[in-house]
Amino acid sequence: MSSPIIRTEQLVKHFGEVQALKGVDLEVQKGTVLGMLGPNGAGKTTAVRILTTLLGPTSGRAEVDGLDVVRDAEELRFRIGLAGQSAAVDENLTGLENLELVGRLYHLPKAEARRRGGEVLERFGLSEAADRPTKTYSGGMRRRLDLAASLVGRPDILFLDEPTTGLDPRSRIDVWEFVRELQADGTTLLLTTQYLEEADQLADRIAVIDEGTVIAEGTSDELKDQIGGEVLELHVDDAAHLARVAEALDGVGAGAPSVDAEARLVRIPVGSDGFDALRDSVRLLDEGKIWVVDIALHRPTLDDVFLSLTGRVAEDGSEAESEPAGRIRGKGRRGTKEESA
Amino acid sequence: MSAIAQTPVDRRAPSSVGGRLSLALTDGLLVARRNLVTLTRVPTVFIFELVQPVMFVLLFRFIYADQFRFLPEGLDYVQFLMPGIFVQNAIFGATTTAVGLAEDLKTGIIDRFRSLPMARSAVLAGRTTSDLAKNLLLVLIVVVIGYLVGFRFENGFLSAVGVVLLVLAVGFAWSWVFACLGLALKQVEAVQAASFTLVFPVVFVSSAFAPVEGMVEWLQPIARANPVSIWCNLARYLSNGPIGITDPITNVPVDTFENLLFKSVVWIAIILAIAAPIAIRLYRRLD
Repeated sequence: MSSPIIRTEQLVKHFGEVQALKGVDLEVQKGTVLGMLGPNGAGKTTAVRILTTLLGPTSGRAEVDGLDVVRDAEELRFRIGLAGQSAAVDENLTGLENLELVGRLYHLPKAEARRRGGEVLERFGLSEAADRPTKTYSGGMRRRLDLAASLVGRPDILFLDEPTTGLDPRSRIDVWEFVRELQADGTTLLLTTQYLEEADQLADRIAVIDEGTVIAEGTSDELKDQIGGEVLELHVDDAAHLARVAEALDGVGAGAPSVDAEARLVRIPVGSDGFDALRDSVRLLDEGKIWVVDIALHRPTLDDVFLSLTGRVAEDGSEAESEPAGRIRGKGRRGTKEESA
Repeated sequence: MSAIAQTPVDRRAPSSVGGRLSLALTDGLLVARRNLVTLTRVPTVFIFELVQPVMFVLLFRFIYADQFRFLPEGLDYVQFLMPGIFVQNAIFGATTTAVGLAEDLKTGIIDRFRSLPMARSAVLAGRTTSDLAKNLLLVLIVVVIGYLVGFRFENGFLSAVGVVLLVLAVGFAWSWVFACLGLALKQVEAVQAASFTLVFPVVFVSSAFAPVEGMVEWLQPIARANPVSIWCNLARYLSNGPIGITDPITNVPVDTFENLLFKSVVWIAIILAIAAPIAIRLYRRLD
């Protein structure tokens, strides 16, 4: 593998008594998306601010595109873009004026800045609103403009700090689309998120960060494997049938079936051979004329990963209101998971 | 979707001193222009900023019309007051630098700027420059109001221009003081409160509105040493000639024009020399 385009070594940042980062090591390969996942206050924004030269580290090193974020900050700013909660647009300027200003501050000639501004506005579906002051934009439009602003300089590396926090589901999907397009264009992305689903959807690799440390790193599948494979769950309508189901399906999975009488569930760990186990189970149930209400293969979510890594749910300390609908709560399975534990 | 993110641009900062200077100038002007455009988009802010000086002119002009024993003989209070009002306005007007920076910090636009490859000086230089432009407009409006309530520049057009220049320089220097305040306190409300707490004693304990001779004794030396009094005296000299700064008791001018000019310039330089490096330091250390 080639050398990483983003690399941090033992990155530490203190704000007075508060240790925001306690030695973070990260690597991002060129052209990939790293999802930095963690609850509020985990240190995600601090890391992004150091990597985008807004903040100096207390100790440790960070390199982006071969440039030191402290020593070569000036040159680095030509190559990176930043969007999300860390950066903003001027709400009294129009969409186009904002992008033109950003373009000119990248030292583009006026005409070129204007042309590019129009180009990215079009790309983000904001052409019609180009000449309206940004304060008239909806939240979703503003976020898209913010993203657009980060692209005017055509950065190779883009940092998105919680790009969808506070957005409605529709706008979140839009942002996701843009991230995928950028990735397809070869841009390296580092995005932070509190949404497990978002990291799952967008990131090639995920770094789970909590209390200033990376507590796990890997692909979404790798992280899910860390807490064991898939689970087959069978739901019966009468608890009296549980034993029969469990008996009939003994040997289908990787381990013995367990019975949860209260939830009227039979659970069978199936490793990574979920589909085979599912097929066999259906056949066996059919042969034995055993009736179940529901049968489902439960792939562990990143929520499960977070829970197993930190012993608590990912939403810690985050704002309770304005939660987008898509925010993961274990897809309704969180409860059963905990009961069985 | 085309490969929009791919085309390379010129990605080096200029290395020559001239290149860097011209970059700093361009970027500073871009930020200044953005600030001024904002001002025209939200005119209510400027209109409310105008209310205060108009109110001061009217209140002082008509309430204290004949209250002071220690005016130079033959000098109308309005002729004494208006130069003081000009200076006061410059200092009050400079508080918008603090508020503007705090607001930009709050919205996150400063973070956007700091992540761009622009000159590091541009945000501060742009803000103080746009406030300078705004203060010019403010001063001209206050001059018009002064004329409406009976004030006249008695010492010729050039002296009048001199007053405007003096006031702008004072405002610019104070802009840097308020830049420090804005960057240090960051919260808009705190910045507003602190600005006025600072500005009221500085301006009132001076000859801006009232002759120093009528103040309690222990306050007089402080008021006399206050650079605001020195600027006011220079503005009074420029507006009225020597009578503007004639001591009401001894009946001789308290200072020569050259002295006043020299002291005024030195004070402006001192404030700039202290406040600007601190502001730049605070800006660089933002986190």
